[in-house]
Amino acid sequence: MSDPRACPECLRRAWLLARLAPYIERIATGAPGSRSPELLRLSDEDLAAVAAPSVATQVLAGVREIEERRLRDELRAAQCWACCRHDTLYPEGLRDATDAPRALIGRGDPALLEGIEPDDAVTVVGARRATAYGREVARELGRELAAAGLVVVSGLAFGIDGCVHRGALDAGKTVAVLGCGADVAYPQAHRSLWRRICEQGLVLSELPPGTGAWRWTFPARNRIMAAIAGMTVVVEGARRSGSLITADLAADLGRDLGAVPGPVTARTSAGPNDLLAGGACLVRDAQDVLDAMLGPGARRLERSGPSLDPQLRAVLEAVEGGADSPDALAAALDLSGAEAAAALASLEAHGYVSCSLVGSYTRTMLKPSADI
Amino acid sequence: MHKRATRANSPPSVVAMLATARTFTLDGISARPVRVEIDVRRGLPAFSVVGLPDPAVREARERVRAALSNCGFEFPLRRIVANLAPASLRKAGPGLDLAIAVALLTASEQLEWKALPQVAMVGELALDGSTRPVPGALAIAEAARELGAETLLVPTGNGPEAALAPGIEVVGLESLAQLPELAAGKWRPASPQPLPLALDADRGGGDLADLRGQPHLRYALEVAAAGGHSLLMVGPPGAGKSLAASRLPSIMPPLAQEEALEVARIASACGKLTDDFAGPRPFRAPHHTVSPAGLVGGGNPPGPGEITLAHRGVLFLDELCEFRRDTLEALRAPLESGWVSIARAGSARRLPCRFMLVAASNPCPCGRGETDAECSCAPQAVRRYESRLSGALADRIDILATVRQPSAEAMGGEAGEPSASVRERAGEARERQASRLGDGRCNAEMTPAEARECVLSEGAAALLAESYSRRRLSGRAHDRVLRLAQTIADLAGAEAIGREEMAQALQLRRREA
Repeated sequence: MSDPRACPECLRRAWLLARLAPYIERIATGAPGSRSPELLRLSDEDLAAVAAPSVATQVLAGVREIEERRLRDELRAAQCWACCRHDTLYPEGLRDATDAPRALIGRGDPALLEGIEPDDAVTVVGARRATAYGREVARELGRELAAAGLVVVSGLAFGIDGCVHRGALDAGKTVAVLGCGADVAYPQAHRSLWRRICEQGLVLSELPPGTGAWRWTFPARNRIMAAIAGMTVVVEGARRSGSLITADLAADLGRDLGAVPGPVTARTSAGPNDLLAGGACLVRDAQDVLDAMLGPGARRLERSGPSLDPQLRAVLEAVEGGADSPDALAAALDLSGAEAAAALASLEAHGYVSCSLVGSYTRTMLKPSADI
Repeated sequence: MHKRATRANSPPSVVAMLATARTFTLDGISARPVRVEIDVRRGLPAFSVVGLPDPAVREARERVRAALSNCGFEFPLRRIVANLAPASLRKAGPGLDLAIAVALLTASEQLEWKALPQVAMVGELALDGSTRPVPGALAIAEAARELGAETLLVPTGNGPEAALAPGIEVVGLESLAQLPELAAGKWRPASPQPLPLALDADRGGGDLADLRGQPHLRYALEVAAAGGHSLLMVGPPGAGKSLAASRLPSIMPPLAQEEALEVARIASACGKLTDDFAGPRPFRAPHHTVSPAGLVGGGNPPGPGEITLAHRGVLFLDELCEFRRDTLEALRAPLESGWVSIARAGSARRLPCRFMLVAASNPCPCGRGETDAECSCAPQAVRRYESRLSGALADRIDILATVRQPSAEAMGGEAGEPSASVRERAGEARERQASRLGDGRCNAEMTPAEARECVLSEGAAALLAESYSRRRLSGRAHDRVLRLAQTIADLAGAEAIGREEMAQALQLRRREA
């Protein structure tokens, strides 16, 4: 753990946010001008005056009185470090955003931020309530993008975010940006994932250690995710969802926007489909992301699975056609139950299909070698 | 001249008279011997029962009093003390009525029965003196034989059940009024016919032919029955999960004589023996609101729970995700060991519970499945389901069967393969397992060391290694797949596990989160 390098002034802003959190919670609504990213543009004094007029002076004075040593002790106790905008470690992308946090508090490997340019990172976000399709795409995108050497940024939430992190951890580097203190595993159920990211990647937050999550802190952390990366990809999400806020924020900064298409009938894919209609980059796989960020053909992904015999190929096509259980497959191809089961198991062993906890099969993004 | 029925050597006395009779009380599912001692002496008329009687035993006083008078006997207007020995054992149930009545009749010299020391008896009395059946007659008959009794006197309703125990003469008694003739040797009822043991047929339960379509589910059921593997079915409501589970006993190989007796003994002790036959494989489906004590056994004195009733049969947990967590946790150890130990202050019971676990669940609380666009379940609710489906109990489940709504053609189509032919294949597979692992053991019980001794073909080993190296299998799942593959090979009659069998086992295995 390297020593915290942020200056105390910038750090005090983080502590101020933590103290104002309950007040901001009261006034932060969806209305223009009082969304949390917009509120956070305000200076310390203005923010305190807007959020907590009655106790503004006490809060400000209280935060100013915190000694530098105490700030650093608290960081150290939480195994965190911090960098601020006066620091070389501060991600270049955040300097583009006027509302970016002054200090970032991190837990994990600070080297991940060393000289990070927007084009070195990609943000992949999506719905918490994701379908098996969305999860699969998210995992695969995370894995491939990390394997291609990009830092994969997401928000550690349920659903898509978690899958992105898991995929990225398998192959490379990932950064989780949290809406609570970097030492707080939120959501609780992602505790083990959070720990893995702390060990193999990096967890970032603009709030001091120990701060809990508020409703307003999620749109606030979205602005960090949007700014830090050169491209934001939305995998799944309803209209008016948090993922789309991230996409909006990224678009405001002039970042690339990508979206994974989904069925037009699915509510969960309405968000990305709207983005596509609005001109976002179509993302079918990691190669599309690399082409959009770095220019067509700048970096090529080479990955294909083992070759398949004609029978397995037919089974794979049936799964692509929607046969998600052995019975459906047996009916589609006129196989016995045992044959269908064996074929699915072979495909699963090769990595072409995956099976959920409740036994439904989905196609992975792995392509048979002959297709390429 | 007074004659003492049981103690011919003791000095006669008119002041006090003593008689004893042998009976049994049920403790869990086993019978404990009890000696009823009756002392009738001069004094103010009274009738007291001592020796840790429970309320049902204490009330025997009133039943015996009425039964004696209504059968033409005289209830002695003396001071009567009934002692139930051993005094430290808690006596429960009304089964002691008959013994108390017989001892009282003997002590008051209304009955003279030379063979009484060789007779054990059990039965409840009605107020008119007729007998009523009691639970546990089979266990009692066996215990009586062990103790050297030659004859067991039971209510007629218990006759066929008690006659299942070899080596003891069972006499079915209809009423107390028959006692003097029986004691004098003037009358002897015909020996009751033992209950037929359902060793061969799938009597009672339905037939697997009722399950239409669903080839995958049928296959999973067959493998589960052949290897004794536990099974989890996941699918929407109404797709046939409960039907499939209820047909499972009908495709399991028939019970051996000794096993069928075990089943009958438990059913008899719980009063669940039917009138037609004994010892079909039990099928128990407790509701998901069942308490831990109801499931694994409990209470004071400890009684058997659902898992003991499911011994040698199927325990079906429908709506697995709705069961209380502590209830499911309580299942883990018994599932592993085949025994459940219930300890209470002053007493501990060990009850058998080797059952096959079959569970069913919807894919999510609304039942549509998360992949369905119509699914309206909150993510938390879905995760709660997932955590149950991958929780500690699920760890003990081998097979995952995905159940889908059968197609219209399948529903209208012809009936499926009947139970009998599936059972035959499963039976053959079990025989192979028994010859390899030892009598009565099946693949599901293989230890990790035994599992690693399974013979794999090259293709099977390669496929398993590939799955394992891709981290799609945990170490525990690795052994589970080996056991499953061995069962599939046994079903196919193959010497070694081929690639095809391994692939099927990989597909059938339960998934981990």
